[in-house]
Amino acid sequence: MLPNPAMKRYNTRMIRLCLVYAAFLLVAIYSFSHHLVGGPAAYVVAMLPALPIIGVFASVGRYLVEEADEYLRMLMIRQTLWASGLALSLATIWGFLESFDLVGHIDSYYVAVLWFLGLGVGAVMNRLTLGSTVKC
Amino acid sequence: MLMENRLRILRAERSWSQQDLAERLEVSRQSVNAIETGKYDPSLPLAFRIAELFDLPIEEIFVSPARHSSKAI
Repeated sequence: MLPNPAMKRYNTRMIRLCLVYAAFLLVAIYSFSHHLVGGPAAYVVAMLPALPIIGVFASVGRYLVEEADEYLRMLMIRQTLWASGLALSLATIWGFLESFDLVGHIDSYYVAVLWFLGLGVGAVMNRLTLGSTVKC
Repeated sequence: MLMENRLRILRAERSWSQQDLAERLEVSRQSVNAIETGKYDPSLPLAFRIAELFDLPIEEIFVSPARHSSKAI
């Protein structure tokens, strides 16, 4: 199997971003639970955990730019289309259900969770329709 | 409509595995498999690389879908 440098860099970036996310989340939770921040600083600290999540989106985009193998690139593009379609559709449905007071409120960052789940759905669909997936 | 191709035959004539061909083309084995099985049409640059590797014109490796369907009629 040929080494895939783009996928290796993608995996390295993902591991680093997960570690940064865990650290930022702990900082944010600790800061707010101990009332250490207020005013504009509170906004900055509250947004900290979002930064590595945004980094994950950027990382997927970076992988698509760096991947030299056009077939693997197409597989990942199909996964991101599934992810985007799934996350946006479910968020839209939930938004209307919430507007008509039929369901409770869910924090909007769960759209990102849905998107990551959608990547998995996309991988399954690639496997079912093309017989292959991007190997991490 | 995906193109038919003679990649598997050309590869077999040279006793190359899919991995051998993938390494020569600098693509993944998955790519070679997808092209051979007609699940993926390569880009024009990759089709040229394949043609140059086998020292054949592109049309001797890939069958034009239009020509293929007109023959069928």
